[in-house]
Amino acid sequence: MITNINIQMFKINMQIIKVLKSYGLLIAFVLLCILLAILSPAFLRWTNILNVVRQSSIFGIMALGMTFVILTGGIDLSVGSILAVSGMLAAGILKADAGVVAAIAVAVGVGLVFGIINGLLITIGKIAPFVVTLGMMSIARSLTLIYSRGHPISGFSESFRFLGGGSVFGIPFPIILFLTAVFFAWLILEQTRLGRYTYAIGGNEETVKLSGINVSLYKTMVYVISGIASAISALILTSRLNSAGPTAGIGYELDVIAAVVIGGTSLSGGRGSVWGTLLGALLIAVINNGMNLIGISPHFQQLVKGIIIVTAVILDRLRK
Amino acid sequence: MHPFLSMSMITKSFPGVMALQNVNFDLAEREVHALLGENGAGKSTLMKILSGVYKPDSGVILLDGKRLVASGPRTMLRAGVSIIYQELNLVLYMSVAENIFLGREPLNATGLIDKETMHKNAKSLLSQFKLDFDTNALVHTLSPAYQQVVEIAKALSLKSRILIMDEPTASLTGHEIDQLFDIIRRLRSNGVSIVYISHRLEEIWKVADRVTILRDGQKIITRSLSDLTISEIIRNMVGRDLIEQYPKQKVEKKEEVLCVDGLAKIGVCDGVSFRVQRGEILGFAGLVGAGRTEIMQLIFGYRRKDRGSIRINNRKVEIRSTRDAVRNGIAFIPEERKKQGLVLGLSVFDNISLANLDRNSFLGWLRKRVLYDLVTSIVKNIGIKTPSIHQLVDNLSGGNQQKVVLSKWFVRDCQIYIFDEPTRGIDVGAKVEIYRLMQTLAQRGAAIILISSDLTEVLNISDRIMVVYRGQIMKEFEWDKVTQEEVMHYALGFTEKTLEKELK
Repeated sequence: MITNINIQMFKINMQIIKVLKSYGLLIAFVLLCILLAILSPAFLRWTNILNVVRQSSIFGIMALGMTFVILTGGIDLSVGSILAVSGMLAAGILKADAGVVAAIAVAVGVGLVFGIINGLLITIGKIAPFVVTLGMMSIARSLTLIYSRGHPISGFSESFRFLGGGSVFGIPFPIILFLTAVFFAWLILEQTRLGRYTYAIGGNEETVKLSGINVSLYKTMVYVISGIASAISALILTSRLNSAGPTAGIGYELDVIAAVVIGGTSLSGGRGSVWGTLLGALLIAVINNGMNLIGISPHFQQLVKGIIIVTAVILDRLRK
Repeated sequence: MHPFLSMSMITKSFPGVMALQNVNFDLAEREVHALLGENGAGKSTLMKILSGVYKPDSGVILLDGKRLVASGPRTMLRAGVSIIYQELNLVLYMSVAENIFLGREPLNATGLIDKETMHKNAKSLLSQFKLDFDTNALVHTLSPAYQQVVEIAKALSLKSRILIMDEPTASLTGHEIDQLFDIIRRLRSNGVSIVYISHRLEEIWKVADRVTILRDGQKIITRSLSDLTISEIIRNMVGRDLIEQYPKQKVEKKEEVLCVDGLAKIGVCDGVSFRVQRGEILGFAGLVGAGRTEIMQLIFGYRRKDRGSIRINNRKVEIRSTRDAVRNGIAFIPEERKKQGLVLGLSVFDNISLANLDRNSFLGWLRKRVLYDLVTSIVKNIGIKTPSIHQLVDNLSGGNQQKVVLSKWFVRDCQIYIFDEPTRGIDVGAKVEIYRLMQTLAQRGAAIILISSDLTEVLNISDRIMVVYRGQIMKEFEWDKVTQEEVMHYALGFTEKTLEKELK
């Protein structure tokens, strides 16, 4: 009788462990939200929720691009600088009255070109991704400063400002863009060759090469995706602030990488998902928002964030 | 010569394999004892037991009449047994002296490394070999022979009395080999006993006193080298009985599929030429490290060749990458299943479809349903034991993992299949299944290249056999006109002339 109960308990325990392993991050996220809701009634207000998601959208889109890069076992440190340079050039185009479409095209084109350069240096040049993108981070930042002579470019047309400030059926446009990006990232990862090769390259590059696949091409493509994601974020940010600043996006790479890692994507590649990154980005935004709402001193905010990032990675290790 | 070390009745088994069975081995003082055997005969296992890496299941080791209980490499090191692996264990960007005393650096009164003493001691060790090179030199700047000397000096600094050398001449040139032999003789006269493992038979007479031959985990003979000829040694190394597990079926020969002419690459091979026909299995025999894998990698575009032409179906093809090779209908099943054949963290489905996504997608979009059907049916046909096609391959057994690698290319329907050691580390049942698959492919009209270091296997599966030694095709045989002794003879680098001399 007693042993029976023990076995039952054991089974229940196993079930709990299994659920925790699969949905640990989601559970942590929900618990955090409940905690914040109790501590601050403002947290669950519709406007605050929209605010949190909107805040997450800028680095969330970049994190989606970064997810591709990290899945191959790489890293892209240049995302913040690519954001700055493509935002600045788009602003320049807008100021020249060339129109919103041209501005968008230029921003995306800049992201694309930087992505290609990163990718080629890594694949053909055989230089470590960390080094290449560290260099590119510096180069793109400097190009931004040279082009802008160190001054922000501000004041854009109503139609451009819709990107970051407009809403459709009451939902802010950046959120719509973010969710669309999530959908496309999922679609590419699950339903296309590029996506499957991305996972396989991170899992075992040698095997992929020996399967007759052009590894260099696909590896370059993930950096292009990351570059374009940064450009899209640049458009949202520039539009929302109604200004492109030469220092925009400094330090973004850290939040972006944090979102991906918290989302359970392995830094050594091969393992991870879009849903994890979405959750990771939301979690970071909730932490930022929550700490402001309940009035934690900014001095402590970085500390809390740091602890959460490291804990997330430790939990991920235990899961393996 | 009284035995100074004796290992008796040593038995060791690994899951599914009997690696050593009641093996006796002894070593006299001031003796160089050669240990010979085919790949997989049990040489490394025996030496890993002597150096404490493995614990024997049963058996006794006596050193100086005292029983040694092997409990890890440290104990054996302290007892005076050192092993020098083929892959040297040196820190390339540290100096000679630092390497010799790594982990045992002499310290001065303040606890800092006493560099002066360290270099002085290193110099005196090296002077035993009459070698006088800069102990400040970084190891990566030294030639392979001198790097080996650093390893030996390291062993001597530990006061080793038994030195195990595993293929020490594998990466050395003629002159360097002579230097090494000088050093070995000097070590012997200084009272060190040496176990010498090598596949280069002709060297053995120059350096060793006695020889022990292992085959399939059993000791065959221990004899003084002066009583033995090359043929006798080869006969004792090979000669496993044919087992019925090999399902040989003669396939009709048809037109030529692959024709390789004058393939060359510096450091790999110089002018390799051969042909394979439809429905034929062409075996590449040889010892590990003979360069067979490297030659096939040149054909598969994994490495770039310097010279040579490749014709497929009588059409010249340019293969610059693995992608070109696959497009031309070549499949390569690599030697290292886990490192090169599989993505362990992905599912059976992902692994099998990996080489087939290009054919089952439209503008990059996957035809998932088609892929699922393909994978499901191949898993069933080939008999991969897995709960579902979504199981991670990491969780499958070795044999089933190998079947996943084969399935990947089976689905693709290539013209040429290159199998590199396809049955290594696989149990007998799975082996036979893999042979059957190879024959199915051959019957389907594919040309098959089989690299195998298992002589019995290569002789029984192939229609023709190429024997490779140091990147060169030494000899070609028809499967029914050759013995294991003959193949081994050429695999060891002997030519027709030496064979005739022996026969007289």
